[in-house]
Amino acid sequence: MRLITHNMLQCHVKNCNTNNFPLQFQDAQLELIEGDFNPEFLVNMLPKLDWEALVNTTLQLGISTLPAQLPEDAAENEEFLKLLHNTILETHVQQGKMVCPNCKHEYKIKDGIPNMLLAEHEI
Amino acid sequence: MSRPEHIAPPEIFYGDTEARKYTDNSRIASIQAEMAYRALELLNLPEGPAYLLDVGCGSGLSGEILEEEGHIWVGMDIAPSMLDVAQERDAEGDLFLQDAGQGVGFRPGTFDGAISISVLQWLCNADKQINRPKARLQRFFSTLYASLRKGARAIFQFYPENDDQIQLIIDVATRCGFEGGLLIDYPNSKKAKKYYLCLFAGQQTGVRNIMPSALGEDGEL
Ligand SMILES: [Zn+2]
Repeated sequence: MRLITHNMLQCHVKNCNTNNFPLQFQDAQLELIEGDFNPEFLVNMLPKLDWEALVNTTLQLGISTLPAQLPEDAAENEEFLKLLHNTILETHVQQGKMVCPNCKHEYKIKDGIPNMLLAEHEI
Repeated sequence: MSRPEHIAPPEIFYGDTEARKYTDNSRIASIQAEMAYRALELLNLPEGPAYLLDVGCGSGLSGEILEEEGHIWVGMDIAPSMLDVAQERDAEGDLFLQDAGQGVGFRPGTFDGAISISVLQWLCNADKQINRPKARLQRFFSTLYASLRKGARAIFQFYPENDDQIQLIIDVATRCGFEGGLLIDYPNSKKAKKYYLCLFAGQQTGVRNIMPSALGEDGEL
């Protein structure tokens, strides 16, 4: 799972509706997988990103590349977009788990695939 | 012919052997690809790369089409064996082991569109006592609606079992806020006939939602 998708993910346990984002990584193992630089896609995604959550998540993963604030010229700043590409599209979480800050449900990640299945009492 | 969704739940039916057979079968692959192209066309996306959800992505046959057309995708499937095959085939999309009937967990307005190929009929099946189809559809459509950008579309190619099933699906989707309805390509051809549920997640300001037209309504192929 790429970090961009983690930034879109929230806990979906029934009635877990507040403080359910971002899911907190634990024991995360990362892998860099090269991908084509696609500035147009990144620019389209800028308004959807929760920047504060993204920066905090990357810091927890030991990645300190992103600026604390989204640059004002982000859409035209190629150097920034390349950095963003590397961080949110090429960085994959392969193992570990994601824990909901609210209900503490643990979503395990195995071979890059998070298990989002819920138990019967969580539906 | 018995319908696979009557035989076993999808994660059992598509075990290791079936998952590979399904993916390696060139006839299935080409039909899946054709339907994925059609679903993408029906999404009516604006120019440029989009962020799309593939519900029941299986081994990534439809995701491959989204990639070829320049989009970034996220896929979910309940069958681990299918996801394994997707990974072996180097699917570019982010994959989730997930039961659509338990809802999708994405922030509001995440996706520019969603597609689903040959999956919806599985959701209507009650393989366990707890899996009441109506409640599952309700949970699925309401969370999907929220995860879509305003005015974005969700296109489901599926194999409805009967008219009651179609009605149930449309009723629940409508109650969850979706507009739209059923589109039938090549309605007069036994072989080419295909059902697409075309849903609109609300309305973009100033844009009226118009149902796309079906193919081959005059009987031509
Ligand atoms: Zn939670």
